[in-house]
Amino acid sequence: MFKYIVKRLLLSIIILLGVSIIIYTLTRLMPADYVDQTFSSKIQSGAMSIEDLQRYKELLGIGDNSFAGIMKGYFGWLGNLLKGDLGRSFKYQKPVAEVIASQMWYSFGIAIVATVLQFLIAIPLGITSATHQYSVRDYVTTVLTMIGIGLPSYFFGAIVIKVFAVDLGWFPSGNIVSGGVTYANNFAGAMAQFGDMCWHLVLPIFVTVLLSIGGLMRYTRTNTLEVLSADYIRTARAKGLSEKKVIYKHAFRNTLIPLATLLAGILPSLFGGMLITEQVFGIPGIGKYAYDALQFADIPFVMGYNMFLAVLTVIGTLFSDIMYSIVDPRVKLQ
Amino acid sequence: MKEKDKIVSPSADTEETKDLAVTSETLEEATEALKEDPAVDTEEKKEERELGVAEETYKEMSPLRLVLRRFFRSKLSIVGIVMIAALIIFSVLGPVIFNTWGEETVDRGDYVSEDVNYYQQDDGNGGYVSVTEVVESVDGINRLADPSPQHWLGTDEKGMDVFVRLMFGGRISLLIGFIVVILETLLGIIIGGAAGYFGGWVDNILMRIVDIFNCIPTLPILFIASAAINSWGLSEDVNIYLLMLFITLFSWSGTARLVRGQILGLREQEYITATEVMGFSPWRRIFKHLIPNVMPQLIVSMTLGLGSVILYESTLSYLGIGVQPPKAAWGSMIALANRPEILNYHVNVWLPAGLLIVIAVLGFNFIGDGLRDAMDPKARK
Repeated sequence: MFKYIVKRLLLSIIILLGVSIIIYTLTRLMPADYVDQTFSSKIQSGAMSIEDLQRYKELLGIGDNSFAGIMKGYFGWLGNLLKGDLGRSFKYQKPVAEVIASQMWYSFGIAIVATVLQFLIAIPLGITSATHQYSVRDYVTTVLTMIGIGLPSYFFGAIVIKVFAVDLGWFPSGNIVSGGVTYANNFAGAMAQFGDMCWHLVLPIFVTVLLSIGGLMRYTRTNTLEVLSADYIRTARAKGLSEKKVIYKHAFRNTLIPLATLLAGILPSLFGGMLITEQVFGIPGIGKYAYDALQFADIPFVMGYNMFLAVLTVIGTLFSDIMYSIVDPRVKLQ
Repeated sequence: MKEKDKIVSPSADTEETKDLAVTSETLEEATEALKEDPAVDTEEKKEERELGVAEETYKEMSPLRLVLRRFFRSKLSIVGIVMIAALIIFSVLGPVIFNTWGEETVDRGDYVSEDVNYYQQDDGNGGYVSVTEVVESVDGINRLADPSPQHWLGTDEKGMDVFVRLMFGGRISLLIGFIVVILETLLGIIIGGAAGYFGGWVDNILMRIVDIFNCIPTLPILFIASAAINSWGLSEDVNIYLLMLFITLFSWSGTARLVRGQILGLREQEYITATEVMGFSPWRRIFKHLIPNVMPQLIVSMTLGLGSVILYESTLSYLGIGVQPPKAAWGSMIALANRPEILNYHVNVWLPAGLLIVIAVLGFNFIGDGLRDAMDPKARK
């Protein structure tokens, strides 16, 4: 086991190197140059010359867009990374790691609630639609959850904002706190602020949960159907166990085994934020920050964010493989 | 699989209904159902029937027909087929029939455009007075028209017909979907097939490449790539083809994994050893004997993949970096809802595009699910 983990971690380093090369090269090919955008007015007014601009770019390590220049920039970035420095974000004027660490928690807060709700709703739905295969209940849940898969998040977000925020006025349409409200600097004030925040997060969480139930529900349904046709379920029934016991004691646990593979995807979705949903609802989470940075070609932040996601994916995959071998002893890690 | 499966069709039918009845019974009252063991029961009944049944009721069925039969038995797959067929007719034939407006025709004429401004003012007594100011001006372009016989779904903010643009958006979405899925399947077959067949160091290297592409976050990287494409100043059509290539490049890894996994299992089977004994070339063994056996799973993953490619494309268009205006795309039509007055007062501009995306993704998912159930030999119910 230990040997396996070490081997996987070493492989991960190679994978992450490959990922970083691809992302860095593509990011450097992006047109919107942060420096050009920021200083275009100064150049027009003559306060800054083209040479100054070029010198400034050199200083940031993005002056030379030839192959050699990109490679040099990449190794510069990699060297700093090895020293534990992700660089300084152009747009936010702060170290990248600091920005990620400070904005991550909004996204995490939404994602953790959404994930828990998603599991609580999708797994029971998947099991009932499997035990009642081809019934009306099965068809209704299948169609509804599939609609969830098909709805683009920005489109559903727009509908939800229109209906619940604008027409009905039940919830605020965006941002994370009400503007222009100050809270007392005591416990009650903090609670009021927290309540206000939760109020703002209802709609984004609702959208996230509804759109992600589909996949998990289908997965649970397929697994349950497979388990229900297994020999040991027939044995359990032959022993004369009640149907409830057969499904919830014998089948249910084995249904959960393949769900361990889903852990791989959970880690990035918990910490990585949601590019689109956060942008639609104006939540200052890491997804929105990344979206804004992408538009500005903020190379250090884009690199830092993408590598953060890649690391989470690598760890998540390793974690899910280990979990799989723990919950299913028939699987041997080699 | 040249030999045809022989099936006693009438008895097969009754057997199936019988089976279904037994399962639903078992679920409600297990003990009762167990009194008559389904397996034994059907075996006996089948024998009886086979003895009694005359020869002319035998029917030969090819595997393909069996799959199709099972596929069309599920109502959802039929619904899926209808949805996709309607969508294809709508977007391919639609512009031919509704040719009053083109994709980029602006409805010009002496139209009056209304600018509506809202003010809120203090009335001095602690209350507010709401003032709605409507400024009318002759614009020359029929912007944001409401649905009418002339424009079935009204016009957008540039005065282009929404209904016709939906058709053109459908063309581009379906085209991108089909091309990307075909390309990524080809790439997946080649790389996954080589990795699974040759094994050893080839497998190791290819699978690490797959891992790398698997770890790259798809949406941010597509954002970066399409922003780069748009800056190269190429023509709109070339941009769309490049966009397809990039979506392919960052989504083939799943297919490659699927193919490799299947081939690893198939490689150990006797019939592959037989092809080796017969001295066939590796190329022939892979493409003639291994890949055809992976096809069922591949077709399912292709159908399901179509939905997700359409979602990616529309997301990019929504963000303004996919299909560029004035070309129509469902995503960019929804993006108009970012303006509050369109979101609230011109639902006809953005809602239909979203519904079409849902129909497309839903339809492909229904078909994919139906195919999976139909092709899975384990799920013969």
